Amino acid sequence: MSGRSFMITHAKSIYGSVPLIGWLVGMLLAVLTESFFGNTLAYALYLPKVPALFGLTIVLKQPSLFPATVFYVLLIYCLPIFAVAGLTATWANRFAAAMEKLPLWFSAIIHIGVLYLVLHLWTDLSDYRLQISKLTMIAVMLTLSINVINGYMGEFSCSHPGFMALGAYASSTFSLALFHQDRLFGTPLLPEFLGPYMFPMGLLLGGAAASLGAMVVAIPSFRTRGDYLAIISLAFMFIVKSVLENLEVVGGARGMGGQPHWATLPAVFIGMTVCIGVINNFVNSTMGKALNAVRDNEAAAEAMTVNTRRTKMTAFMFGAFWAGVAGGFYAHELRYINPSSFGIQMLAEILAMVYFGGLNSVVGSVVGALSIQMLSEALRPLELFKWIIIPLLLILVMIFRPTGLIAFREFNIRKTFGPKVLKKRI
Amino acid sequence: MEFFLQNVINALQWGSFYALIALGYSMVYSILMLFNFTHGDIFMTGAYIGFGVATALLILTASLALPGWLLLIVTIIISMILTSFLGIIVERVGYRPLRDAPRASAAITGLMIGIILETGNLAVLGAQRLSFPALIETVTYDLGGVYFTNKKILIVGVSLLMMLMLHAFIRKSRWGMAMRAMSYDYQVVPLMGVSLNIIAPMTFAIGSALAAAAGILYGMAYPVLDPYMGILLGWKSFVAAILGGRGSILGAALAGFMLGFIEIFTAMIFPSTFRDLIAYSIILLILTFRPYGFFGQPYSTQLRL
Repeated sequence: MSGRSFMITHAKSIYGSVPLIGWLVGMLLAVLTESFFGNTLAYALYLPKVPALFGLTIVLKQPSLFPATVFYVLLIYCLPIFAVAGLTATWANRFAAAMEKLPLWFSAIIHIGVLYLVLHLWTDLSDYRLQISKLTMIAVMLTLSINVINGYMGEFSCSHPGFMALGAYASSTFSLALFHQDRLFGTPLLPEFLGPYMFPMGLLLGGAAASLGAMVVAIPSFRTRGDYLAIISLAFMFIVKSVLENLEVVGGARGMGGQPHWATLPAVFIGMTVCIGVINNFVNSTMGKALNAVRDNEAAAEAMTVNTRRTKMTAFMFGAFWAGVAGGFYAHELRYINPSSFGIQMLAEILAMVYFGGLNSVVGSVVGALSIQMLSEALRPLELFKWIIIPLLLILVMIFRPTGLIAFREFNIRKTFGPKVLKKRI
Repeated sequence: MEFFLQNVINALQWGSFYALIALGYSMVYSILMLFNFTHGDIFMTGAYIGFGVATALLILTASLALPGWLLLIVTIIISMILTSFLGIIVERVGYRPLRDAPRASAAITGLMIGIILETGNLAVLGAQRLSFPALIETVTYDLGGVYFTNKKILIVGVSLLMMLMLHAFIRKSRWGMAMRAMSYDYQVVPLMGVSLNIIAPMTFAIGSALAAAAGILYGMAYPVLDPYMGILLGWKSFVAAILGGRGSILGAALAGFMLGFIEIFTAMIFPSTFRDLIAYSIILLILTFRPYGFFGQPYSTQLRL
């Protein structure tokens, strides 16, 4: 056995058995180290400030800082994460095994809580990180919701920007008309301090508006599918955009601005976790299997007592609901929306994320949204060439893995949170 | 009445762009059952190639003082040939590796090649808008209150001529017969000795050549070129191609003209901001009640996942 492969086997034997909680604790320690020593270390290494996105942006902007950045990332992130994960593997496994005996919600709360702490500490250091994280989480919700229609049900729906616009406008109208002073609706009807508590209502309203809009696409889908449905959904997107441009009540083509700043990190994080949980449960339910049946063979599904009409309707409305919620978050995060931002450009981005990550898979959607968002931030210094590199990457992914990177994989929450036992390889 | 006729002429001009571009979509669709989402950007690139060829010709033949119409014909022919190579490249790079993949994946590849074309154009030529050289003088005719220019006649005439030539090619020639056979079944016909690897690039090439012609005609009518001009026109022509029916050449041309008429006449009757709203609502209604387009065959397709 050569030295190199021995190293790899050795690393596998240690890190293959680290459960998720071990990695999370390692990450927690890493971000704690960064919040205490990050600035000091950055000054010591002659970095202008703490590298915002693991040094991804610095590498292209100022290549001379590359060695210092790599050193910083190794010292601040890699060392604590790998040290903690490796050293506490046994303890973490015992803890995970103990939690497995308790109800699932308990370990879910612990994992999600630690993840939130990590994210909170990490984004505390720079507003740039905060903005990117929130937009990425919104993108995760969007990608998941389009995966329900395009991946699980197998329709090529182009209407997602439209659903998102409906959600964004409905929830913005809700919060501006009721709780916030602005130029379109004037004095609010209710006192403003109630607003943040009623924000979930506004999001639900946005989701409901998008679901209602989805019926316009869902009803023609009873009679046709494939390309004609793609056109119908595309027409729907153009119609929504055009209606919003002509509605002077919501600002017309000038858009709608000044939404209150309610899309805070905890709000978006809770939205995303609920979205992932609900969509994962949905696609693993009987209805989710019915979606797959409709996709693979509609006639056979009908023969097997699947109510195809109800299935299609549910899928469209469910996917649109989450797109609407994501739209509500999007509006309250950017605090300005106008109809032209929900156009072909956004459609191309959403489609890129879902097809990059993988159809028919919750993990794939998360990975797709995360990687496309991170890539587009990391390549920002390249300006124009960013839009050559990302499409090229996507073409390569499509050629070598036509359904996306992590397609057709079930996401088992219990297994993900549970302890990891390394399989002995002989 | 004059106003109405005036709008008919405008709609004919506007519809001929849609029709020419929709033909490219429809041809590729009838053979490969795939949509060439790069087509709108091929149209844009065609317009830019036409711009380059026209400028080069104007400089090279400045001493000869050739008549404008001759230059225009040469420009159209050269640009059509050059752009057809682009179509062949798109087929080779983006569509051939994905022939057996899910159809949506090929659509994504097409979209991405389109983005690369736009960005590449922006990177090479910069953000300033170019204006298409006026090869022929604009002459305005007045026919009892209805004004039309020689360019409008030329645009409608050239596009109708292209459609007739395409029709003749597909109906009369051996290659056209091969293409029609291929559109029945692209898995069995290769067994009869017709190679899909020749027919598919040829289809892309013809479609791209038509798009290039549309691009030059568009550049003559609206002489400002910008890298994103193909997006909206491309998507709308895609709608027209679908509306015409699955892979029907005649349907695509008719639907293209119809879309032009709908858009121009809504802008005539209502405020012009309502144009998209009403045009797409009509399309939505048509597709709800006739989900397979005008000339399509009613059968359901499924994504090959």
